[in-house]
Amino acid sequence: MATRLRPVDIVIVGMGWTGAILAKELAETGLKIVALERGGPRQTDPDFQEPHKDDELRYAIRTELMQDVQRETLTFRNGAGETALPMRRLGSFLPGEGVGGAGVHWNGVTWRWLPWDHQARTRTVERYGRRIIPPEMNLQDWPVSYAELEPYYDKFEYMCGVSGKAGNIAGHLQPGGNPFEGARRRDYPNPPLPQSHAGALFDAASRALGYHPFPAPAANASRAYVNPDGVQLGACHLCGFCERFGCEADAKASPHFLLLPLARRNRDFELRTHARVLKVDLDAARRRATGVTYLDVRGRAFEQPAELVILAAYALNNVHLMLLSGIGRPYDPRTRTGVVGRNYAYQIGGGATVFFDENTWIHPYMGAGGLGVAIDDLSADNFDHGRFGFIGGASVSCMSSSGRPIQARPVPNGTPSWGSAWKAAVKRHYNHTLGIGLQGSVNAYDRNYLDLDPTYRDAFGRPLLRMTFDFHDNEKRMANHIADECVRIGEAMRGLGNVLQVQRGAPPARYSIVPYQSTHNTGGAVMGTNPQTSAVNRYLQSWDVPNVFVTGACAFPQNAGRNPTGPVGALAYWAAEAIKTRYLRRPGPLVRA
Amino acid sequence: MSRDSASAGRGVDRRHFVAAAGAAGFAGALPAGAPALAQHGGHGAAPARAAASPPPAGYVFFMPPEARFVEAAVDVFIPHDDVGPGGVEAGVPAFIDRQLAGAFGRGAGLYLQGPFADGAPTQGYQLPLTPAEFYRAAIREIDELCRREHDGKRFDELPAATRDAVLLALREGRAALATLPGATFVALLLQNAIEGYFADPIYGGNRDMGAWRMIGFPGVGGMYATAIEEHRNAPMAVEFRSIADMQR
Repeated sequence: MATRLRPVDIVIVGMGWTGAILAKELAETGLKIVALERGGPRQTDPDFQEPHKDDELRYAIRTELMQDVQRETLTFRNGAGETALPMRRLGSFLPGEGVGGAGVHWNGVTWRWLPWDHQARTRTVERYGRRIIPPEMNLQDWPVSYAELEPYYDKFEYMCGVSGKAGNIAGHLQPGGNPFEGARRRDYPNPPLPQSHAGALFDAASRALGYHPFPAPAANASRAYVNPDGVQLGACHLCGFCERFGCEADAKASPHFLLLPLARRNRDFELRTHARVLKVDLDAARRRATGVTYLDVRGRAFEQPAELVILAAYALNNVHLMLLSGIGRPYDPRTRTGVVGRNYAYQIGGGATVFFDENTWIHPYMGAGGLGVAIDDLSADNFDHGRFGFIGGASVSCMSSSGRPIQARPVPNGTPSWGSAWKAAVKRHYNHTLGIGLQGSVNAYDRNYLDLDPTYRDAFGRPLLRMTFDFHDNEKRMANHIADECVRIGEAMRGLGNVLQVQRGAPPARYSIVPYQSTHNTGGAVMGTNPQTSAVNRYLQSWDVPNVFVTGACAFPQNAGRNPTGPVGALAYWAAEAIKTRYLRRPGPLVRA
Repeated sequence: MSRDSASAGRGVDRRHFVAAAGAAGFAGALPAGAPALAQHGGHGAAPARAAASPPPAGYVFFMPPEARFVEAAVDVFIPHDDVGPGGVEAGVPAFIDRQLAGAFGRGAGLYLQGPFADGAPTQGYQLPLTPAEFYRAAIREIDELCRREHDGKRFDELPAATRDAVLLALREGRAALATLPGATFVALLLQNAIEGYFADPIYGGNRDMGAWRMIGFPGVGGMYATAIEEHRNAPMAVEFRSIADMQR
């Protein structure tokens, strides 16, 4: 039986980006706050120091900083007619585990989502009519507009020290920036990172085709920087060990050094690591959370009573905890009713690889997670979809993130998988190849969802989360169209360097859990204005259990074609302010259903 | 520049290795680490490297027939040639041996609770075996297959072209093992061989950073904030550096 602990005011589940933002923002209330993190403590020194930090096998291949699926995984199937089987090894996505969460091992690409992304349904219907939306697609607006979230995007970017170039300051377009972005109040806190040769080629080629390239926004500081909270970031070395690794220089923004020390200024804040929350405890009516039950580092069960529970685990894990706890009505795909697990979405990839002669030097190992050049011309609704008939788009970029050779060994199609010819091709192309990638949006569908698996259990005896997901025709047509555009950009490099070959990277026909694609899982506990089609309100507060808030990308009604950490961070600040200024003064629903 | 001089310096060692390997052969009883280790010792004449203890020779996990199999398979995947070091001389079999003896081989990061079913390819690995168990069982079955189809000869006794054909047939599903999915095993073996070839030398493969020198990957501890613009579209002299180099 669980030992009951002394009650506290607030419990935060998870110490990644959103948990740390909440902990820091609520610190000044002086309330008694306990944060529970399933993984261990981590600090820049010694955890992420050279040289052990640059160990590709340990961190990128054996995934030391990520969720241990031996203990806790999910099951997966492409469709409801199949039997879901466990994801026995990490692959398609890499949730974090330990202090800082995935905020330790991310690349640092920090987009704002477009105003259109916040109003995808309204603007689609306005421009194309209702009939463009397939009946099986759940296209929903955000309950928070871009303009409402702008101050919080700004706050997150300045906290992280994002390097970039504004494209639209208060409605005035800025040369060299992204002309499609929503209006921002001011430029990024740091100038863009230096440009790689690959980036320069992409910049020139895409510009020649009439596109509008700009430096990708990167939470890799281009110079030493002190953020508004007084925290020092170092200048990025461009070491090329970024995604899947910690940062030795504190140049890549991460909650473990940017936020956690500030949360600790509240003497009544306590972080318990190796504390795995099993469920949220509810009252008999399931209208009020009484606290959480967790296992401590020795495996002992504790009940931590709290007045307010904030679920700040990874998107998938938040949905898992809601289902295990009975918070909100689980989604039923047969009736299309219920909300928890509904609108799970992902992203779709593809692109082009450009092979050059040996006089073109790419130096792929010089890089940072967010170093690159992007175009937004093909994102969201930035181009006329009328003749295509699909909804959504993709950011297209040429990133110089890494040339770590266990993973990064581009060879032309037709190269044997092994042997001398393979070796020769690896050697020949390693330093003379670049990639153009598309990050495609994925909308939500009635048959893509999350629920509890009927068969498999985790090491703690709980049913695993079950993911039912596949790509739909809308997304495949979109991604194939944009993959063709990536090839066009590659072909446009022929005038800039001696291009041997442009190879198309086809988007997948079916979703597979095996190859790494993107740790941008969204939905399952989406925000909205209607409790019939959303699990949380615009402040990320559960409609059903109002003393539970659920942060993170699980709140996104559908996925966009850009990295989610910007809006994840902005929404966490937005929710923190609502909790601080409104909820704590008068606990209860912040929005009437 | 330094890449050129480095690989020129290694030419002597490589010839030395060829002679040793030619004597022992891949079917010989000598573990591949033995000649390669001698090579490493000879190369460690530079004072800066003398402090590093060479990786110990021999196998922890593999039984002798398994060692012969893995050496013979790695020789197919990453042969010795003029392009760059062969996988065997680079220590890849020793790398795989150490990986299988350790956490990876014992199933770290692998969910192994049942029930088990084959599933669809999109659902990934579904065997109830740890990597170490999988190697042990699959090697036995591949040797059985080879004996049946190649005049009683084990995999490692076959000429390189035949070994290549056996692995390719398994990979493409044209040959079947008695009980195990051959394609899944060949994919794992190839992945582990590539890991060993390109991982930091601290794990026993990529000896003397030979694979990194081959492609021009400088290794760990890089600082390129100014180099990226100074060497834009131009070659750069690279100083190769491993984890052990930086720990000294």
